[in-house]
Amino acid sequence: MTTATLPPSATLISQSADSDTQLLEVSMGPQHPSTHGVFRMDVALDGEHVVKLKPIFGYLHRNHEKIAENETYLGSMPYTDRLDYFCSITNNWAYALAVEKLAGVVVPERAEYLRVITGELTRLQNHASLVGFLMQDMGASGTPLMYAFREREKILDLFEALTGARMMCNYMRFGGCRCDLPEGWLAQAKQVVDAFPRFLDEFERLLSGNEIIMARTQGVGVLSKELAINAGVTGPMLRACGVNYDLRKVDKYGIYDRFNFRVPLGEHGDVYDRYMIRLLEMRESVGILRQAMRDLPEGPFTDPKTKVRNFRPKPGEAYGRIEAPKGELGFYLISDGTPNPYRYRVRPPSLINLTVLEDMCLGQNIADVVIILGSVDIVMGEVDR
Amino acid sequence: MLGEGILKGLAETARNFFGSYVSKDRLTTIQFPEERAPRIEASRNFPFLVYDGTDPMAGLRCVSCLICEKECPPKCIFIEKSTDKKPDAVGKPQFYPSKFNIDVSVCMSCQICVEVCPFDAIKMDNAFELSATDRFDALLFNKQQLAKPNEYYHEIHPTEAAEVDAALAAARAKVAPKPPPPPPPAPPTTEAAAQ
Amino acid sequence: MTPDTIDQIFVTAKHWLLGYTPSALQPIVSAILSVVPILVVFPLLFAITTVLERKGLGRIQNRYGPNRVGPYGFSQPIADGIKSLTKEDVIPRSADQVVHFLAPLLLVLAAFLGYAILPIGRNMVITNLNAGLLYFFAIGSMVELAVFMAGWSSRSKYSLLGAMRAVAQMISYEIPLVLASVVIIMATGSLSTVSIVEQQAHYTYSLPHWFVFTPWGFAGFLLFMIAATAESNRSPFDLPEGESEIIAGYYIEYSGFKFALFFLGEYLGMFATSGLAITLFLGGWSAPFSFLTWVPSYLWFFLKLLVLICVFIWIRGTLPRLRQDQLMNLAWKFMLPMTLINIFTAALWHFMPAGIIRWLACAALLVIPCIALSRGLKQGKKLQVRTYRFAE
Repeated sequence: MTTATLPPSATLISQSADSDTQLLEVSMGPQHPSTHGVFRMDVALDGEHVVKLKPIFGYLHRNHEKIAENETYLGSMPYTDRLDYFCSITNNWAYALAVEKLAGVVVPERAEYLRVITGELTRLQNHASLVGFLMQDMGASGTPLMYAFREREKILDLFEALTGARMMCNYMRFGGCRCDLPEGWLAQAKQVVDAFPRFLDEFERLLSGNEIIMARTQGVGVLSKELAINAGVTGPMLRACGVNYDLRKVDKYGIYDRFNFRVPLGEHGDVYDRYMIRLLEMRESVGILRQAMRDLPEGPFTDPKTKVRNFRPKPGEAYGRIEAPKGELGFYLISDGTPNPYRYRVRPPSLINLTVLEDMCLGQNIADVVIILGSVDIVMGEVDR
Repeated sequence: MLGEGILKGLAETARNFFGSYVSKDRLTTIQFPEERAPRIEASRNFPFLVYDGTDPMAGLRCVSCLICEKECPPKCIFIEKSTDKKPDAVGKPQFYPSKFNIDVSVCMSCQICVEVCPFDAIKMDNAFELSATDRFDALLFNKQQLAKPNEYYHEIHPTEAAEVDAALAAARAKVAPKPPPPPPPAPPTTEAAAQ
Repeated sequence: MTPDTIDQIFVTAKHWLLGYTPSALQPIVSAILSVVPILVVFPLLFAITTVLERKGLGRIQNRYGPNRVGPYGFSQPIADGIKSLTKEDVIPRSADQVVHFLAPLLLVLAAFLGYAILPIGRNMVITNLNAGLLYFFAIGSMVELAVFMAGWSSRSKYSLLGAMRAVAQMISYEIPLVLASVVIIMATGSLSTVSIVEQQAHYTYSLPHWFVFTPWGFAGFLLFMIAATAESNRSPFDLPEGESEIIAGYYIEYSGFKFALFFLGEYLGMFATSGLAITLFLGGWSAPFSFLTWVPSYLWFFLKLLVLICVFIWIRGTLPRLRQDQLMNLAWKFMLPMTLINIFTAALWHFMPAGIIRWLACAALLVIPCIALSRGLKQGKKLQVRTYRFAE
């Protein structure tokens, strides 16, 4: 039974210049009971309502971009696993896409299908964990979280059978994937995907009609369309505001134009919409997975001409982006002909989505701040890199 | 009506509660350490060095080419090349590592060393019960601790080990010194002498 | 051994023991002999409940609960007790020492005092007060005082705010709690818990006369249970206690055994309120069917208590927390009107002739306002299940 307790020195009561009321400044410190990593928020309260909110991060900064300048292109691939540590495969994919654009590498068909299959499985387990964590923040004593993690374990077992590791998969290579599917993997994956809609139904029955959840999430943390677009918010947060922008449909990277799937859009842009959008996206991902597994062709799983060692792309720059489960994940690379990149920059979706946190929280109850933060879906590994 | 969603939620949890007594799907806990999860073949943890035969030092496949040391992203492999040579599996004299240290507290199990090794000398182990009481020296694995036989590799990754063995056998067959040509048939001296 | 002997075994044991004490000491010994079993049984029940809760929540969440200590984990409370006894007792230097020390004691005291009027079996009540119910509610209000003492004495802004929230919540839910039991007082004409149970212990065609089987009794029972959940700070009303985001609970500055005492006090309060609900609505120690009266009465009481505890655990595992203002809205805008309407319904029931008309009229009088009030609660925020459109 942990709660955020703070030393008396951390509180400041400051006078606001234009009114008589005193503002209570509270620091929701880096050690949080509500997960999401080491993240700090300085909140100024007027009674129950938030007047000012300043996010402070950087507690997990690990110099990823600088390290990449001293590593080869392939050597940075395991580091990208650790950016958004829930979705290592999509991080790998975004980086591989950027390097393939830079070096002009062509990816064979089977590799593209494998990428889609593993990418959508990643999306499934990310959204499931996120919904579980959101419910946990609301105080549902871990029940939806455990159900979500039960499904996530099955997907992680699939990843372990394919790539060797549950979370730090290091699966993509420039020109395809690292290895091919082992025996029986596709059958096991089909089983997992077929059982998933049943879990989603169970989740919806448990939560979506629940009056308490509706009362706590509807109308809370509203984000307007204009602000979202101006701030560069992407991913399910943007689609919950009603903006139809999904990189899988816009960029059509990989072979996404071959799959039949719909993009759910929200209307109000509040926490309930973001939660429901993620549930609907999970259903769409299941559809994509079924199609991809049905149409998987034979062939090489990687481009045989791309070198593993001494990989020197031509000098130039490239920006590769994908629709990661959290938003638009982009890698910007500048190459100067040497095996190490000259500049390596990550566009972290969690960080950019976090910039609108204050606007969403103004005027809300202090008890809602944690729920709004949960619905933004941040992972500190990505925010701080 | 107020409470309908709550009642549906309660029904769902009750179903899970009673289901956990009847179906395995609803109680997925494995009681470690009495039970173990089924070993997944591809899982990887830290590298180890493969040796053929029975003598770890003589049969070590590593020829100290230093490629894995160069490609390792966190630079956790420290190799010292030997000054003399020893014969490898086909009899050709090769260098060998006089020191081969991996700092497993730095290693991030990325498997790049395995991918780039041209001699199939370093492979990924999946032993995870490696707790030590010292954070520094006990976690620097040296050559003796890292060397494990090929039979062990077959045990933990059977499919991969079979493929590697087939590839190695094919490669060795190509470079093996050809057997000497059969001697020409002896001249029929007795008949000539008889004539 | 007839069923009656087994039923009255504790009463006869107590009289037998009293026979051996000198007459001057008999009042004191009688009191002690009545009180000590309560002091032993209910903390034992608390220990079992903690394990049951963890295992129950675990099973709901598809996992085992604690299962290492003892058979199937049922010795876990012993381990927890040893842990909390041996932990360092940290008291903030700026805390008010006396009040800080007294708060958990007061909580446990208030919780224990509530058991004085609960009839646990036939003829098994510590004291049969004429105004037993009034006594219970008066004692229950001491709990709020203890909570506030805990929050105030810690001299920390956050525990004070948490304590104020907890007190606000508990005071708001006292009113539906009391009003929900007013219908019982109206129906039985008595404040004494013993006579309330005795009036329910009759059977018609082997069905009992429990008050929960009437429309107003059922509504009263539901309202009473919701208010009881809020009174003991259980989920979904545990904002003062759970990880309440930033403002910590009122017992945050407590560690070690005092922390355990807070839990003890909270759970004992939960048992006492459930016990009262059983007494008022579920027939106390009476059996559900007339052919089951051979089972001892105290067993029925504890069985019903166990069922209520399981319901509490079930609700905790399912529902998320209500926010403070939503909690207060529920208390004042829904439960208070419903309890008042319930009183009207009970009066209507009393004056109408027996028959199906009475049932329908009372049921209608309860259901229609319930729906109207719940619409009113939702209307302010326009809560509804939404459907989503897909792009293009």
